[in-house]
Amino acid sequence: MTLEAIQEDLIDEFSLFDDWMDKYEHLIELGKSLPLIDAKLKTEDRLIKGCQSKVWLNAALDHGKVVFTADSDAIITKGIIAVLVRVFSNQSPEDIVEANTRFIDEIGLKEHLSPTRANGLVSMIKQMKLYAVAFQAQLKNE
Amino acid sequence: MSFDVDNIRKDFPILQREVNGYPLVYLDNAATSQKPQAVIDAIVAYYSHYNANIHRGVHTLSQEATDAYEQARQKIQQHFHIGKPEEVIFTSGTTHGINLVANGFASLLKTGDELLVSAMEHHSNIVPWQMLCEKTGATLKVIPMNLSGELEMDVFNTLLTEKTKLVFVNHVSNALGTINPVEEIIQKAHAFGAAVLVDGAQSCAHIRPDLTAWDVDFFVTSAHKMCGPTGVGMLYGKKEWLNLLPPYQGGGEMIKEVSFEKTTYAELPHKFEAGTPNIAGGIAFGAAIDYLSKIGFEEIARYENELLDYASKQLLSIEGLKIYGTAENKTSVISFNIDGIHPYDIGTIVDKLGIAVRTGHHCAQPIMDYFKIPGTVRASFAFYNTREEVDRLVAAVKRAKNMLS
Repeated sequence: MTLEAIQEDLIDEFSLFDDWMDKYEHLIELGKSLPLIDAKLKTEDRLIKGCQSKVWLNAALDHGKVVFTADSDAIITKGIIAVLVRVFSNQSPEDIVEANTRFIDEIGLKEHLSPTRANGLVSMIKQMKLYAVAFQAQLKNE
Repeated sequence: MSFDVDNIRKDFPILQREVNGYPLVYLDNAATSQKPQAVIDAIVAYYSHYNANIHRGVHTLSQEATDAYEQARQKIQQHFHIGKPEEVIFTSGTTHGINLVANGFASLLKTGDELLVSAMEHHSNIVPWQMLCEKTGATLKVIPMNLSGELEMDVFNTLLTEKTKLVFVNHVSNALGTINPVEEIIQKAHAFGAAVLVDGAQSCAHIRPDLTAWDVDFFVTSAHKMCGPTGVGMLYGKKEWLNLLPPYQGGGEMIKEVSFEKTTYAELPHKFEAGTPNIAGGIAFGAAIDYLSKIGFEEIARYENELLDYASKQLLSIEGLKIYGTAENKTSVISFNIDGIHPYDIGTIVDKLGIAVRTGHHCAQPIMDYFKIPGTVRASFAFYNTREEVDRLVAAVKRAKNMLS
C-alpha cells in the first residue's frame, strides 16, 4: 500500500469517531496492538528527545524499504507512534522524506503538533524522516 | 470577613472560561497562580495612566511611577516582616534571586568549603550552586529525605560542620508540598557560622513568613506564584550580606558615578537593580500582596488544609493510587501515580475533561530518582478551588484509569 493510501485509510478510520473519548480509546487500542520491540533495542541512542514519556524508535532497511519498530512507556504516546509506524513503515526512503503529514490534522491529533506539547509528535516525525534521509544516502552510495 | 469561595472566584476572570467544552478546573497552582482583577487592573492602570521610567525623571509621570514602585517595595517589606526597605531587591523571579546570591558568593568561597542543599530542591536551587562549586572548588552536600518526603534532620546535624558556609533549602517543596523546618535549619546553621538561603517560591501563596523572626540571611520568591504577574520577584538579604556581595549585573540604575577610570556603585537596593526594571510587574506584585492580605493568610491556610484533606481522601479511594509526599506538615499539593499507568497519559485524559494538572518530573529530577518513578501527576490547590472541583478531578482520574488500564 502506498503511503498516501494508508493515510486515506487512517483518515476514514478516525472519521468514525466524533467524540474525542472514542478517538483516544482507539488510539490506546492501537498503542496496545503495536508489536513488542526487542528489549535490547530499547537503548539510550534510540530514545527520542523532547518527550515527557519515553519513546524508543528503531529503523532498519529491508529490500529498499524502511522498517520502523517503536515502543513507549506511556500508552497514548504509544498509540501515536503506532499511527506513525503504520504510515511510514515499509515505505521507500524517498516516499518517507517527501511525505506530507496532513493526516495528523485530519485525524484530530493536531493539538499534539504544538511544540509546547511534551509528547514530542514533531520530534517523532522528524526522527523518522532523518532515518529515511540517512538510508537514502546509503542507497545512493551502494 | 468570612471566607466565601464563591465570591472569591468572581475576582478571577479566567475561572469563568471553558476548556474543551467543560468549565475550567485549574489545579496547576504550584506552577503559577491565576490573577485577580485587582492585579490585572494595577497593570492596566500603570500603562494607561502613568507609564514612565522611574528614579530619574523630574516630570510628574516619572514621579508617580517611582512612588508606586517604591510603595510596592514597602508593601513587600511589611508583608514579609523585613527590617529595611533597601533589603528588598526586585528581581525577575526566584531563579534570578538565587543566581544573584550564588554569583556573589563566588568571591567569598574557597576549596574545601561546603554547601548544603536539601534532597527536595527545584533545579533552580541546585544548578546555580553546582556552578558556584565548579568556580570555587567548594563541595555540595545533600541533606537526604525519608519516604514521606521529610528532611532527615539528624543527618543534617551531622553534615553541618565548621566547613559549612551556606545552606539552601526550599520552604515548601514544589513536587511534594512538604513544609520544611526552616527556622530550625537557620538556627542550627548559624551556630556553625553558615548563611542560609530559603527559596520561598512555593510557600508564599499559602504562608506569610516572618523573615525577621526567622533571622534568615536570604529569601527569594516569585510574584506569579502568589497572584502577581510573571517576570517579577524579590530577593531579601540582610543588609550586611548585601553590602558584602558584589553587584550581579552592571548597567544603569546600579551606579553612583561612572567614568572610564572608575565606577562607584549605587547604594542598596539599586546596586542590584541594573537597568529599567519591570515597573508594572513590581507595582502589580504590591497589588497581589494587598489582595491576599485582604483575604487573610490564616483563612487561606485553614481553607486549603480542608481542601487538601478532602482531596487526599477522595483520591486515595481510587484503587492503585499512591500519593508521593505525605509529610505531616504540607501545603495543598498532591503528587500521585496510579499503578501501571504513565502520569502523562492521565494528564492527557483529564485535560480533555477541562482539568489542568501538571505531569512530569516538576523540575525536581532528584526527587523522582529517589522514588524511582519517571514523574507524577500533580494537582496543586489554591484558595479559589472548591470541593466540587476536587470531585471533578477524582471522577476524571477514575475515567482515565478505566480507559488506560
